[in-house]
Order: sequence, then structure tokens, then C-alpha cells
Amino acid sequence: MAQADAGVAPLSMGRPRKEKLVTADGMPLKRALQRAERRRKLAAFLLVAPLLAFLLTVFIFPIGQMMWRSVDNPQVVNALPRTLEALRGWDGQELPEEPVFAALHADFMADADRPRREQAIGPLGIRLNYEVSAARGAISRTARNVASFEAPYREAFLDEHRLWGDPNLWRIIQREGRPLTMSYYVAALDREFDEDGRIVQRDENRRIYVNLFGRTLALSVGITLLCFLLGFPIAYWMSVLPMRYANLLMICVLLPFWTSLLVRTTAWIVLLQQQGVINTLLVQLGIIADENRLSMIYNMTGTIIAMTHILLPFMVLPLYSVMRTIPPSYMRAAKSLGATPFTAFRRVYFPQTLPGIGAGAVLVFIISIGYYITPALVGGQSGRMISNEIARHMQQSLNWGLAAALGTMLLVGVLILYWAYNRLVGADSLKFN
Amino acid sequence: MGANGAESGFVRFDRVQKSYDGETLVVKDLNLDIARGEFMTMLGPSGSGKTTCLMMLAGFETATFGDILLGGRPINNIPPHKRGIGMVFQNYALFPHMTVGENLSFPLEVRGMGKADREAKVKRALDMVQMGAFSGRRPAQLSGGQQQRIALARALVFEPDLVLMDEPLGALDKNLRERMQYEIKHIHNNLGVTVVYVTHDQTEALTMSDKVAVFDDGKIQQLAPPDDLYERPENAFVAAFIGENNTLRGTVTRIEGDACTVKLDGKAGEVVALRVNVEGEGAKTTLSLRPERVHIAPENGRFPNTFDGRVEELIYLGDHIRVRVSLAGNDEFIVKVPNSTSGRRISVGETLRLGWAKEDCRALDPS
Amino acid sequence: MKQRTLKLIGAGGAVSLLALSAAHADDPVSLTIVSWGGAYTQSQIRAYHEPWMELNPHVTIINDDGSANALAGLRAQAQAGNVTWDLVDMLPSDAQLACDEGIIMPIDHDAVLAAAPDGTPPTEDFLPGSLGECFIPQIVYSTVLAFRPDAFPDDNQPTSIADLFDVENFPGRRALQDRPGTNLEWALYADGVDPDDIYDVLSTPEGVDRAFAKLDTIKDHIVFWTEGAQAPQLLADGEVVMATGYNGRMFDAIEVEGMAADIIWDGQVVEWDGWVVPADGPNIDAVMEYLYFATDTQRLADQASFISYGPARASSAELVGEHADLGIDMNEHMPTAPENYFAPIVLDNDFWVDYGDELRERFANWMLQ
Repeated sequence: MAQADAGVAPLSMGRPRKEKLVTADGMPLKRALQRAERRRKLAAFLLVAPLLAFLLTVFIFPIGQMMWRSVDNPQVVNALPRTLEALRGWDGQELPEEPVFAALHADFMADADRPRREQAIGPLGIRLNYEVSAARGAISRTARNVASFEAPYREAFLDEHRLWGDPNLWRIIQREGRPLTMSYYVAALDREFDEDGRIVQRDENRRIYVNLFGRTLALSVGITLLCFLLGFPIAYWMSVLPMRYANLLMICVLLPFWTSLLVRTTAWIVLLQQQGVINTLLVQLGIIADENRLSMIYNMTGTIIAMTHILLPFMVLPLYSVMRTIPPSYMRAAKSLGATPFTAFRRVYFPQTLPGIGAGAVLVFIISIGYYITPALVGGQSGRMISNEIARHMQQSLNWGLAAALGTMLLVGVLILYWAYNRLVGADSLKFN
Repeated sequence: MGANGAESGFVRFDRVQKSYDGETLVVKDLNLDIARGEFMTMLGPSGSGKTTCLMMLAGFETATFGDILLGGRPINNIPPHKRGIGMVFQNYALFPHMTVGENLSFPLEVRGMGKADREAKVKRALDMVQMGAFSGRRPAQLSGGQQQRIALARALVFEPDLVLMDEPLGALDKNLRERMQYEIKHIHNNLGVTVVYVTHDQTEALTMSDKVAVFDDGKIQQLAPPDDLYERPENAFVAAFIGENNTLRGTVTRIEGDACTVKLDGKAGEVVALRVNVEGEGAKTTLSLRPERVHIAPENGRFPNTFDGRVEELIYLGDHIRVRVSLAGNDEFIVKVPNSTSGRRISVGETLRLGWAKEDCRALDPS
Repeated sequence: MKQRTLKLIGAGGAVSLLALSAAHADDPVSLTIVSWGGAYTQSQIRAYHEPWMELNPHVTIINDDGSANALAGLRAQAQAGNVTWDLVDMLPSDAQLACDEGIIMPIDHDAVLAAAPDGTPPTEDFLPGSLGECFIPQIVYSTVLAFRPDAFPDDNQPTSIADLFDVENFPGRRALQDRPGTNLEWALYADGVDPDDIYDVLSTPEGVDRAFAKLDTIKDHIVFWTEGAQAPQLLADGEVVMATGYNGRMFDAIEVEGMAADIIWDGQVVEWDGWVVPADGPNIDAVMEYLYFATDTQRLADQASFISYGPARASSAELVGEHADLGIDMNEHMPTAPENYFAPIVLDNDFWVDYGDELRERFANWMLQ
């Protein structure tokens, strides 16, 4: 009431001005507090600054760069500025007219005069080859001979390579003549642009990525489940054993961490192959016939066995650390309240291990979804995962745009799954407070 | 055995032995009867075997030898969940992933009780411990005292005949502990349930129990109501463990009826004491004397035992003063002096004449 | 700037190049040379690196086994503006990609490489079709079919690529590389296409369908391998009865390790392998001096004493002698030996650069089905 007509600063009117608190040397208390706080905040920031800088340089920045690469599309713009200008207004139906070819010739000639490192025609060929096979050959052959072309250029280009007479190539040049593209994502979803620029599914025999994403997801879920089924009893056993036996068991669980990939792979091969230890044993025991030896490696089974082996510790460690903190008195309390051992386990013990199961499952799932070396070595054709394709595009086909698109989709997919996990299971509600 | 057996021995330990490693016994030949409705406390230092006994009764440990009977039936081979014994654990063991209401409902659910009945019983149990408003909370949102009440309510909600409590108040601060002692005692009186209570805190034991079993070294040293235990300890361990106690050592020189004459070690003199637990003349003995039974400057001839002691230290405790005296070679001899206006002033260094009655000085086993 | 230096060197020819090298012979130089590792790098060390370092004590050569990912490495270094590799051993198709990207240097072969002892210029001495815009060939290697003789009766041993696709007469699992190259060529070859026409057929959609249809006939019997070492391993373990593999690996497994297997030279898919020079490398001059030496007739012939890959120069062929450690005459183990070179399929790198993406997708799809 009184405050309502007090004007500008009704709140400060509550206390008479002369009561403003000051420190012993007369500085306003608020300012002194701010100063002290500022120093504390600065110290806190300095403490985390190295980690922040580290994360920025090795994590945030590369991921940002990867995402940028999946849409970055400079090749056509850099190589063919005049052609793109001349193509403006082309209806995309008939082959372009002479002025476009003259501009194309001018672009080729201009490129030849640039210093080699700045030449844009080579990258252009590689880029266009992603969209249409043989485009690289057409462009590099043209680049070698373009100096001798004479007007009319349209005929000269058509004589040099049949692709220049294909309206589809021109549609692609027009479409990709922008600094950003979504064509890598289109390709990563097994789709392509049709003649009218619509996004359609690819020929059935060229679809791979969607299928691979699905398989990667299924494999990862399967491996996570298997790790859980195998890891839970081990972790439980370790948690009830005396420390020194638990440590011994822990070493056994961690052993795969300490062996090199090569040794591990060799061991799996020795064990799992058709002439391997397990098959030979089964044949000798008469469990399977000699001609029906099991295929346990170079297929999906191999990938599942090998990855479960490697990733088991990631499940066991969080489970163990959670189980160790569950006092035996909970189980006793449940039993004393009348619960059978099974009910006590199901209703009282198991729910308390959920944070460990959640952490372990998320770890195993996320690691396995990005695995590629092991599947490549023991997975054969049916045990491959999406990361194998990403690695191939990074290292062999050098199509970093497509690799980046696939990687970004994988990253976004994992984030969505984590978000869904959080919503459904609720990572927060598992903390019991 | 029927009803009359249950009256005297509702819970019975019959020659029970327990060993964990096959080499040493942690419980040695235990025989114990607990009557229905009784509040029985097992008191003893840690490692004395009291908790092991409780765990055997609950079914979490098996007896190596001997029988444990409940209502006349041996329960050695009955798993814990079929014994129908309520239990309150040292750290409450409230299920952290359930609300208070769910915790209380749990024992009723596993017994297949309908929802309406469950809710009614849970509400009654919560009201009993004055926690009716907390049904929706998680245990982590409660204070220690509140958790303790919930644990108590949970152990009682399914109306067991027997409730075990394993140092349930150990984690509480002193004031809260005292209040909870009264509440537990109160609930016990109201419900008439049999309680077996384990603690190492003698005050707790004396305050709450109908009977106390003092454990040491795997054996019951004395089984008695609290006042007996304090007034009439039967051996040196119980005398020293329960309450404050002055100890004098010596050799029995003569026995006459219930009296015996003891020659103190170090030629410090002779004491006439009550013969409680001495083998015979010439045997070593420990004399136990409560500090409040020592009189200052008694009239001549009132007591058979009078000694001079030098005052070493005075501790002011409000209602009384503890006087530490050096007497008969023992400089830890304590005398409690009531803080009354008529009392004389005592100062450090002065020599006091002290005396006590034969009945107050108990000759016990040597320790 | 370096571009111009190189042209100058080219114009001046070999003599001035040697003079130039003498001019700063004393400055210590360390060259990072990227290759495939294993026995292959060993053969290069013994045939090229050690003799060169002996002649030029100021040069140190650091070996980097990064060739499998050289393409990615070259691009990453070029984009970061920090080129640390001096010389890279890679396949010609990869070299063509890198060359189009402008991240390796174009080579004027006659100007920077040594002529044959009889004066034949490099462009004529190197095997036809082996030189690339930015690529200096070193060896001819081939992908061959090898089999276990004990898996088949003595009177019915496989002899041709057609037998690879004949699971009725030659039952058992086969190991193939998990890429379309070689496999598609062989499918057409086994289906009756003349080696010279294979790439014409493969350029048409019908030809591709035909190749995959042929591969379909053995699909259930295939084990795929990824790393070169896996192929002989699978054979040695008895996991497969036939395996495709690099002829050098197979030679090593059979002659050095004593594996019981025979090589079928029919339809061997011949490919080159050689050097490329990263653009803006740290020691271009020193590298060019090294290359002049390491690709001359004698050095290429020497390498064949350590590994069974053929020298890429015609003039080196007659100098090929015995294996340095085993004492075996290496001539008969060369892919280029007349008795082995009766039905070769020369891998068309231009074809694979142009059609590779599409065919790899199709092949991956086929593997997934």
C-alpha cells in the first residue's frame, strides 16, 4: 500500500537508507560479497578451464566440424561460377544451350590458370562422381583437352564425353550449385533425387544404409542384453564374495581390456572357427556331426560373441559398484517381512540395481553402436555394422560428406535413444531421492 | 507343549552352539527362555555373541548345534520368511526405492492381503508411530528418527508375535534415543508383543527391559531383571559392565555364613564382604562396590569396613559430585557425593574417612 | 614455388639433379616414408632405404605403416596445412583421387626418373598403362586364387577361375575379399567374358547384373576377408578350401611358412602399386633424389629378391634373381613371368575410380542380403 506510491524502487523503501550494511572499512556489504564471490567463481572457472579447453578442442570442435562437413558443398560453386550463372533460368528438361557450354569452357580455362592447390576442377569431378558414375572421368578427360576446344562449345563438349549430353548431369550441377547440400543425407537414407527433383528411394539393389542402421541397432541391443544376462550374475557373485576373491574375479573380467586386439582376435579365431577348438570338441563328443560344424565366426554370431566379450566389463563394473553398496540387510529385511527369496530379489534387490543396469546398458549400447574394428575382423558379411561403412567412407572412398552424414545420423540417433531412455526409465528417478 | 509351554518358554534356546570357522565357538551352550509378551534384551560388548543369537532366531544364521524353539516348535529348518518374526535392523533397512507406504504395505502384499485391508493396516501402523502424514515420502526424505519409527511400524504392521530389534537406536543422537526408548517401551506395553532387543548400551537395556541377558564370550553371564542386575551382579564381568563400579582385589581368608573376610592385595587391609561367588577360603576374589554406597566420615562402628582415602580429583556433575580417591592401593576409587546444601566441602588432597556395609560389597569371582 | 623447382629439375635432367644433391649433401634430412608395413616394407627397406642411406649418410628414413589409410591421412594433412609425410606408397586408383584433389604432386616421369641402362626413357620402360598423372609405379602385384590340394581328389584339382564358381565339382567354402574389385571381374570371366572385354561389359547395367548373378551362385559358400593376412590364414586353418589373396602373401605363406596350397594364375587380376609425393611435403628435393635412385632398374629388380612382386620396369625383369634368404629363383613366382601371365586381367583404375562408388554400394547391398 505504502509501497505502491513509493515510486521507482518500492522494495528498497522497506528499509531506511541509513541502515545500508557496510563492511568494517566502509565498503557496501553487497559489493564486498560480490567481490569475494567473483574471486571464488574465477577460481572455480580456472579449475575447470583446462578440461573445458580440452573438450572444446578434441570433442566439441571436431563434432561440429563433422556436422558441418555433412552439409558443406563448395565444389560446384568454386569450380563453375560462370556456368551456374548461365544455368539460372534453365528449366531442367532439354539439354542447355550454347551460352551455358561457353560459360563451362570459360570456367575450365579459368581453372587451369590457377595455382594447382587452388584448382577446383579435380574436386568437382570427385564430387559429381558421388551423384553420377563416370562424371569424374568425363571431367578429368575434358580438363586435359579443353584448351583445344573451339566454338561452338556445345558440340566440342558432347564430342569429348557422352555425359555432357545427359540432362541429368546438368540437373545435378544446377542442384549442387549451392554452398550447402542435403544430398549426403539423402544418400545416407538410401534415397536419391529423381528427374523432377523429388526425393525417392534408390534401386533396391543399392539400398544399404537404412538396413545397416537397423542391423546395428538390433546387434547393439542384442549385445547389451547378452552382456546384462552374463554380467549380472558375475557382478552379484563378486559383490557378495570377500574382497580378495572379488578382486581376483575382477581381474578375470577385466582381462579382455589388457590384451591387444590382435591377440584377442586370434584367440577367437582359434576357438570359434569351423576347425577350431569348440567345434572340434563338439564333434569329438559326438554332439554335432563332422559335416555340420557350427559357423560361429565371420558372421553375426562372431560379432556378437566377440563384442560381448569385450564389452562385458562395461556392464559388470557399474553393476558391481552399485551392488557393493546394497547392504545385505535389505534382503534380510524383505525375508523377515515374509517375502520368499525370489520375491525379495525381484521386489527389493533387483530394483536397487537398476541404476547400475541403466549405466551399464547405456555404456555397452553406445560403445557397441560405434564399434567397427572387431566386426570387420570377425563379422564376415552379416556381422558388419554402420561404423564399418563410415570408416570405409572416411578412409577408402574419401567421401567425407557421406561419412559425416552417416556419423551425424548415428550421433543424433544415439542422443534420441538416450533421451527416450531418460524419459521412459528416468535416469534421475533412479537415484532414490 | 501347548499353551502352558508357550507361557514359560515362548522362545527357547536349548543348548545352542554356533561356530563360523569350525575352530572357535562364538556362542557356547546357550540356554534361554523368553516368555510371551516379555521384553528381553541381550546386552553385551561387541563380539559377545548377542547378535549371532538374534540372527539365529531370525533365521539368517543356522545353529551349529542345539535347538531354537518358537511357540514350542523347533524352527531350525524353517526359512526366515516363514517364521513370521518382525525385525528392526540397525540401519533400518527401509527399501529406498519404495515410499513409506509401500514399505509398510510390502509384508502385507507378500501375504496376499487385499488392497483395502492393506491400506487400513498401514494407516493404523503409521498412526501408531505418529507418522500418518508421511506415507508418500521416500525414506531418504526422512530424518533418522522418522526412519526409525517407520522401521518399527513396518516390523509391526503384519502383527507378528515376536519382534527382534538389532541395535535399532544406535544411529540416533542422545535425546532422540531416549525419547525412542520410551516410545518403544510404550508400544510394547500396548501391543503385548514379545520383543527381543539387542544392544550394547546398558542404559537402554536397563530402561526398557523386563529381563536382560548379559552376554560375554559367547555365554550368558547373568539373566535377570534390570534392578537385580544392578543391585546384585553375580560375577565380576556383570558388575563391571553394568553401571559404575569400584573394584578391589584380594584373597578370601575366612568364611562365615554369607559373610567372608577378604585380605586385600598389597597388604592394604581387610574387608568384610557379602559372599556371592567365591569358591572357598584361600580363593582369589574381586570385590565390587557401587560408588553411591560408600559413605563419607561414618560414625564409628556403623560399618565393618572403614578406610582412609586421599582425594585426587573432584568432578562436578550438578546433582552430585564424583570424588576420585586413592584408597587401599586403588587410585581409581570413586565416591558419589549427593549435592545437598548440608554437605561438607571436599577439597583435593585432603584425607577422607570412608566406610561401607558388608551387604554392599559383593565378593565375586576373580577377574 | 616448389612446382617451379620441380620443373627446373626436370629440365636440367638427371645430371643437374645429382649436382644439386651434392650442393647440400651435408644438411641432415629425415624422410618419412609411408608404406604398407610387414614384409612389404621390409623389402623396401632392404632394396631401397638401406642402400640409399649408405650412399647418403645425412639421410635418415622413418617408416610409417600408414598406407591402408593414406588417402584419408593425405587429405587431413593437406587440410590442416601441416604435411609431415614425404613419400607415400599407395594404389593407383587412390593416387588418381588424391591427384584430382590436388593433394599430391603431378610427376613428369621422364624428367625426374632414371632412364633404363640402355637409355630407354621411363615412359617407355615402365610397363604399359602403369604410369599415372601423379603416380610412379614400383611393383606389379596380382590377386590370385589359391587352394588346398588336400581338399580335392588328385584327379580333380581346380585349375581355373571357373572352378571357383563351380561348387558342384569343387565343394567347400571360399574366401573372397569384401570388395567388388576383382570379384566382379572374375564373375564375368568365369561366365565366359574375354578378359579384354570385361570392363566394357561391366560399364553397362546388364553387365553388372550378370556379374552379380554369377556371384549369387556361390554366395552361400563365401567367407569374406578384409585384411590381406586373413586370406592365407583361412586357408591354412582349413576354414576354406579356396581363397583369393595377394600373390605376395600367398607366396610367403606357401614358400616361407610351408602352407600346403597351390596358386592358380589363371585370370590373375594385375594391379600396380607405387609412390606418390604429397604436395607441400617438407623435403621435396631430398625425396626427388631418393625417388630417382629407388625407382631405377636395378633397385626395382632388387626388391623382387625379398618379396614376390614383379618390378614395374621392363628393363628390370632380366635382373630378377634368387630370393635373398630362401635361394629360390624368383622369376617363376613373378606375376609377370610368361608362364603365369597367360590370362591376366589388368585392373582398370579409371573404371574403378568412376564406377567404384556405385558398385561398392551395390556390392555392400548384395553382401547384406
